[in-house]
Amino acid sequence: MADESKAPQSPESSQPEVSGSLPPPYAAGDSLTSPAKPDAPVPLQASDRLLQTVADALKLVFKEDLIPENADRFIFWIAPIISMTAAITSLGAVAFASWFPVARDINIGLLFVVGVSALIPLGIVLGGWATNTHDSVIGALRSTAQLISYETTAGFALVSGLLLAGTLNVRAIVETQRADHAWYVFLAPVGFFTYLIASIAETNRAPFDFPDVESELVAGDMTAHRGIRWSLYFLADYASMIVVASVGTTLFLGGWLRPFPNVHWLACLEAVPTLFLIAAGAYCVFRAGKQPTRARCLFLWAVALACFIVAAIFALAYPLSPLPLQKMHEVLYGAFWFLLKISAYIYIFMWLRFTLPRFRFDQLMRLGWHILIPLALINVVDVGIALALTSEFGANRWLAMIVTSMATLGAAMLLLRWNDKYSATASASLVADSSIAEDPHAG
Amino acid sequence: MLDSVIFYFFAGIAVISAALMITRRNAIHSAVFLITTLLATAGIFLQLRAEFVFVAQIILYVGGIMVLFIFVIILVRPDISLPQVRSRTHKWIALLVALVVGVEGGVVLWLARKLPGQGLLLPNPAPADKLPPNTEELARGLFGAYLLPFEIASVLLLVAMVGAVVMAKKRTDA
Repeated sequence: MADESKAPQSPESSQPEVSGSLPPPYAAGDSLTSPAKPDAPVPLQASDRLLQTVADALKLVFKEDLIPENADRFIFWIAPIISMTAAITSLGAVAFASWFPVARDINIGLLFVVGVSALIPLGIVLGGWATNTHDSVIGALRSTAQLISYETTAGFALVSGLLLAGTLNVRAIVETQRADHAWYVFLAPVGFFTYLIASIAETNRAPFDFPDVESELVAGDMTAHRGIRWSLYFLADYASMIVVASVGTTLFLGGWLRPFPNVHWLACLEAVPTLFLIAAGAYCVFRAGKQPTRARCLFLWAVALACFIVAAIFALAYPLSPLPLQKMHEVLYGAFWFLLKISAYIYIFMWLRFTLPRFRFDQLMRLGWHILIPLALINVVDVGIALALTSEFGANRWLAMIVTSMATLGAAMLLLRWNDKYSATASASLVADSSIAEDPHAG
Repeated sequence: MLDSVIFYFFAGIAVISAALMITRRNAIHSAVFLITTLLATAGIFLQLRAEFVFVAQIILYVGGIMVLFIFVIILVRPDISLPQVRSRTHKWIALLVALVVGVEGGVVLWLARKLPGQGLLLPNPAPADKLPPNTEELARGLFGAYLLPFEIASVLLLVAMVGAVVMAKKRTDA
């Protein structure tokens, strides 16, 4: 179990980055110091971590499938499938670029993504319950409480962005941001940050990873799941991170638009994807010379070649952007910026995970109910006021937005102060209250 | 043709899982089949080009209410804690209700026979590009023509929520 709970690190660091500066005898130590496998023997000298991921996946698929004796077999079987199906289906409506076959014109695109991804925790809850062991049931309960508490916040945060966009169509949302000359993160900063926090809590990432805290619940809802079902859960987890990241990117970070899409003298930014790929390829070539084994060297050469080929495609698509390749150009460049923004969003997740210690469950609940939900509500009202000021009274939009954002932040300060006072006087009873209501075993 | 195949597919799933939902002993199994019913109904909404209702059904009922149901079921464990209530009176009441609903459904279908087109049995939706955007239409209805009923319903829900909180609070104080 120990190696499985660490394995998630490998997809995050699947970049074929190898510390080739080590002399050959210590090259194996590379995987000893890595977070992925603390005590596993190195299976093959030549295998890179990229191949290690493949090997892990194969192992998980062929692992013996055990179902606990008292488990509810039907639910136990179906739960990981629910999570995985929901995760993949909701990705279907995400538009990576302006021209994208699947997601082209779903009228309610963004709502569809949010709605279907709300089914992912359902699989977690059912799976935790079905194993019929204490840790898993508590993990399931926590997951539910967390989902219900933070879904409201996320919903209101999205509403504050949608008020600005005035549509639910994914493509129209991004095009409105182009027309408005601003990403909505600048017009509704409070909305973006409340969504960020709520999305961390919804996807159960640290510091809010209560459903599967290893120090309290072994692996929480996933304790008794192994093999392919465990990996389905894990894939669903990562897919849901990508889903919330793409929702945040679409609504607040300008989707597939490059930075400053309307400023013509910044069109040189269009060269960034090509240069980025050429730099990545050059780095691989530079590293390839220092590899201890022939296989690693060849592997890096292959990666470098792939980078150069894609860079050439990017470079060719740019000048040929008139008619025949217009769509290809849009898709390539749009997808690059979109993926870059998603990566940045997920990097914030990882950054917080590495930086902050885990909260306590009652702290999480108090943050959600006492601060974030009122704040998100106030923010929606304030964004509405700003919009009304702009459209009815002709006020300057930026001024209106800044003033109302300040008002929201002031309200947040008041909320915090009020909450501190309240918790100072009623702390004991409050902690007892929330832990009784949400989780009999917490605290 | 394809439309009716899709319709009967979703309708069949909805009916079968509804039947399974009321016959299961295990409350969680019932909840899972209820979720299946709700999803199948959502599919029918989508087929009728009511996209907003489709997503609202999934977000509210499946993502919100059913998760809350399951939360309560896991906490309270009705299979263990509640005694099974069974009596003859219940059976008679159930039979009566089933009869009334059955007759109602029959009357609706019989009346629908006379409607233009194919009636209610086979949905015959207009092509998607001829319909106004569903979300906007719904918003115009809710915040325009039916503003007062909508607000009254909101206040009613708020009252119910506050009432529930007050009642729960009393019990913990006592």
